[in-house]
Amino acid sequence: MKVKQLSIFIQNEIGSLSKPLEVLSNNNINIRAMSMADTSEFCILRLVVDNPVKGKEILEKNNFLVKTIETIAIEMNDTPGGLTEILKILKENNINLEYLYAFTHEKQGKAILLLHSDNINDLIDALNKNNVVIVNSQEIYDL
Amino acid sequence: MFWNEKIETLSRQDLEELQLKKLQSIVKKAFNKIPYYNKKYSEIGVYPEDIETLKDIEKLPFITKDDLRESYPFGLFAVDMKEIKELHSSSGTTGKPVVSGYTEKDLDTWAETIARGLTMMGIGENDILQNTHGYGMFTGGFGVHYGSHKVGAAIIPISTGQTRRQIEIMKDFGTTGLIFTPSYGIHLGEVAIEDGIDPKELGIKAIGFGAEMWTEEIRQKVEEIFDAKAYNIYGLTELMGPGVGVECEAQNGLHIPEDIYYPEIIDSNTGKVLGENTTGELVLTNLEREGMPIIRFRTKDLTKITYEKCSCGRTHGRISRITGRSDDMIKVKGVAIFPSQIEKALLKAGDVEPHYMIIVTRPGTLDEIEIKVEASQDIFFDGVKEMMSVQNKIGKYIENETGIRAKVTLVEPKSLPRFEGKAKRVIDKRNLH
Repeated sequence: MKVKQLSIFIQNEIGSLSKPLEVLSNNNINIRAMSMADTSEFCILRLVVDNPVKGKEILEKNNFLVKTIETIAIEMNDTPGGLTEILKILKENNINLEYLYAFTHEKQGKAILLLHSDNINDLIDALNKNNVVIVNSQEIYDL
Repeated sequence: MFWNEKIETLSRQDLEELQLKKLQSIVKKAFNKIPYYNKKYSEIGVYPEDIETLKDIEKLPFITKDDLRESYPFGLFAVDMKEIKELHSSSGTTGKPVVSGYTEKDLDTWAETIARGLTMMGIGENDILQNTHGYGMFTGGFGVHYGSHKVGAAIIPISTGQTRRQIEIMKDFGTTGLIFTPSYGIHLGEVAIEDGIDPKELGIKAIGFGAEMWTEEIRQKVEEIFDAKAYNIYGLTELMGPGVGVECEAQNGLHIPEDIYYPEIIDSNTGKVLGENTTGELVLTNLEREGMPIIRFRTKDLTKITYEKCSCGRTHGRISRITGRSDDMIKVKGVAIFPSQIEKALLKAGDVEPHYMIIVTRPGTLDEIEIKVEASQDIFFDGVKEMMSVQNKIGKYIENETGIRAKVTLVEPKSLPRFEGKAKRVIDKRNLH
């Protein structure tokens, strides 16, 4: 159920983003979603790829610093207020999110939201209790 | 102008006779009173009576900073604590600091060396001397202070910092002499100009500077800013403090008061004593010290010496400005830093020793130090907040270890250069050599 995201440490410099992406593309790994947290000196690049195990392996082989992080993917309405609805549930359940990012896919009217919290089990409980659709990880990898 | 003309112009022969007499007596005292020397000399079978000529000093083993540290705090004192009047300590070095103890007479000897130096710089009883060296365990502040008392100048013990107040006091008190580190001096001058005060108009006669590496260009810059001559002062806490070498009006080398310190230049690899005018490591011996006689101390500072009589009339040997180190110590903002201290700090932050690099720059007039650290699994987290706190934590450990604040930058693994053999951990972009 949990989506394995790759978090990669990179420096905030010209060209530093393309290096890990090249490594992935050379090894035929496709990126499903990405987001980045940046400071003036370094960034944490967060990627969901079609094969996280292989992705981590080859990135590490190329000297990148990678951590596999568990996130939760949910389906939400791709309409105004879709995200607010989810956030309301989290707030009511006292869930502190570290970060989130969203993307759309082929499914009309729906978007996928990736969530990360230090209390991932509480997050899952809250989502389940409120009948939010949690997307299976394999489905995300295979998009 | 001489402070002690008779001694300072003594013929080489008379000076060497005096040195031999003092050397014999200090070696004897060290051997009899300090277990460290007794053990070390006995082990290799050298005894005080083996010192028959000055050259016989070469029979004695060197003493290093590590030896001094192992004797922390008072292991090398030759007198009872009741005889000790003051204690100082070296700043920001690895492990235990080095302690220096002074008897009443030692403080007077120390003041004598500075008094000779201030006189060389033209500072005397009519002068007002503003001392921006830090007062405290650092010997720079008090050494200059005692010397200034001896020559009868009015000392302003303002210490470091409060730059605008420094300038105000220079102007209002009519300061005629300044003591500073070159980088702080340039900074002072720039702040004055910013405030609309021309440092040339302040009426400064002479400047004494030290405690960090400098070049001839830096001296010229300082002289230009204040329209005054700037004289180099050299010293070490281990031997006493500042005053081990001071430049005279010829500005052609630092005179060592050779009746008080005995200098040697050695090859730092073989330990062999080198001749005049050959660059090597400076080794110093206290010829005149009660509290803590230091014999053949390896300073790790690289310089050369000449015994040619100076145009000022002094016969005491002169060393050239320090051009480097025989170890990997760097001085940043006047503080001595060893890469091993950075290593120690980094080890506290993670389980494994990360790859790192020390980069020292001087973008304006003040030193800046940056530590680039390769991130590793140990110190990598999936959150900016956590990463920032790792950086801050490393910065704090470094500050605890070295006493100075450094910028810490986390970089990608394997992004720093690798070296075969001995790693080069320091990039000094200040061009001080």
